[in-house]
Amino acid sequence: MFIEIIENIFVKILPKYWHLFVFEGLGYTLLLSLITVLCGTILGSLLALLKMSKIPPFRWLVTAFVEVIRGTPLLLQLYIGYFLVPQLIPALSSNKFVSVSIALVLNSAAYVTEIIRSGIQAVDKGQTEAARSLGLSQAQTMTKVVLPQAVKNILPALGNEFVAVIKETSLASTFYVGDLMTQYLVVKGNTFLAMECLLVVGVIYFVVTFVLSRAVSAFEKRLKRGE
Amino acid sequence: MENNYIIQTVDIHKSFEKLHVLKGVSQHVSKGEVVSIIGPSGSGKSTFLRCLNMLETPEKGQIFFEGVDISDKKVNIDIHRQKMGMVFQQFNMFPHLTVRQNLTLAPTTLGKMSVDEANALAEDLLARIGLRDKADVKPGTLSGGQKQRVAIVRALAMQPDVMLFDEPTSALDPEMVGEVLDVIKGLVKTGMTSVIVTHEMGFAKEVSDRVLFMDDGYVVEEGTPEQIFGNPQNPRTKDFLSKVL
Ligand SMILES: Nc1ncnc2c1ncn2[C@@H]1O[C@H](COP(=O)(O)OP(=O)(O)OP(=O)(O)O)[C@@H](O)[C@H]1O
Ligand SMILES: [Mg+2]
Repeated sequence: MFIEIIENIFVKILPKYWHLFVFEGLGYTLLLSLITVLCGTILGSLLALLKMSKIPPFRWLVTAFVEVIRGTPLLLQLYIGYFLVPQLIPALSSNKFVSVSIALVLNSAAYVTEIIRSGIQAVDKGQTEAARSLGLSQAQTMTKVVLPQAVKNILPALGNEFVAVIKETSLASTFYVGDLMTQYLVVKGNTFLAMECLLVVGVIYFVVTFVLSRAVSAFEKRLKRGE
Repeated sequence: MENNYIIQTVDIHKSFEKLHVLKGVSQHVSKGEVVSIIGPSGSGKSTFLRCLNMLETPEKGQIFFEGVDISDKKVNIDIHRQKMGMVFQQFNMFPHLTVRQNLTLAPTTLGKMSVDEANALAEDLLARIGLRDKADVKPGTLSGGQKQRVAIVRALAMQPDVMLFDEPTSALDPEMVGEVLDVIKGLVKTGMTSVIVTHEMGFAKEVSDRVLFMDDGYVVEEGTPEQIFGNPQNPRTKDFLSKVL
């Protein structure tokens, strides 16, 4: 049976469908992940700022948002995005890719908020005290002393978030957005070779995330050496 | 305030949650004076010192610096901190900057000097501590003693009127204590007003004009080094000194 699966992959799946997996599927998966992490980072940075602000209601709102996102399943959030976004913004009703992206971005933003906040808090308090004792303002201390050190914690964590998001976007296939997992559903529907398609998709996911994780670790080591 | 005190505290109290750490400290430092603070661990020495530049906010009392009540929330503390250098037990070098940039960051960011002026001053200051050749390395490569010497001149680069030292040699290997104390002694000789929290009794005796003994949130006894070390009056001072000397 195992031999047969391998044979099917190379005879019936890859010759006919490889471009669907590698170009469309992986392309959409990477696009979706990139949009998610880029927009998630921008939004997450703003939320992290609010979370560290001196105004309590801002902090509470961000905390509530982060907790709700982290305390509910991503698939549920995707469903909500899928149904809610078109109702709120009718112009988007025909574009499920955008609706699903918005849900993914909001989800990622919550995690990025924590990444940035903890990256900043990991910088020794003595750094802030030394800077403030020299007369630097809070903002100057943040931009000249704390953030340059915090990025060394934050960038690798964002890289890992990207790797995690690549895997999480597979849930978006529930709405046939065209990602790798969607291609699995499509090709399986055409060939009825479920296991074969799963293996192909699995290998692609693995290779991409493995290579990216290694790249992130190498990058992290280089940052640490720079001290 | 009608007096010559560069720093004056009036009945300052500070608590951390339920822990009452400063229980009413009224003290003063005159221009050019060197004041050492000694006392047992946890007695509030660091907390008092950190109140002087408002790194800790006392909940009661006032702190005057050059005549201005800096404990007043309406005062822009950053401006006054520029004139009070502080040296920490843990050095707190900025690890992402070179030694030179550690020195020039504050003067240039705060518009006190041009980049050229700040660099020239940094050269001078580093030469003074014999570390001119380290100007372009990151602090991570320096020894503890070197870091602390750089930390001292980093504070001096702002040309402060007062220097505050919080146990500047406590985190050092014994063989490096001397080089740091020598830098502080040299500085004090130039007339720099200084407040020094220290466990180095010999050093306190040598450099101080006045010694404060703190215990349990109070300045229990104060006097010249000769009085405090030679003829302490308070039993708690006697007890403390008998343990550390
Ligand atoms: N940020 C803080 N939060 C809570 N407690 C604190 C804080 N800073 C200091 N304390 C407590 O206040 C008390 C006085 O601390 P402080 O550092 O002023 O003592 P110290 O005289 O400098 O002691 P040492 O010689 O050990 O440095 C200690 O019990 C300490 O644990
Ligand atoms: Mg202390």
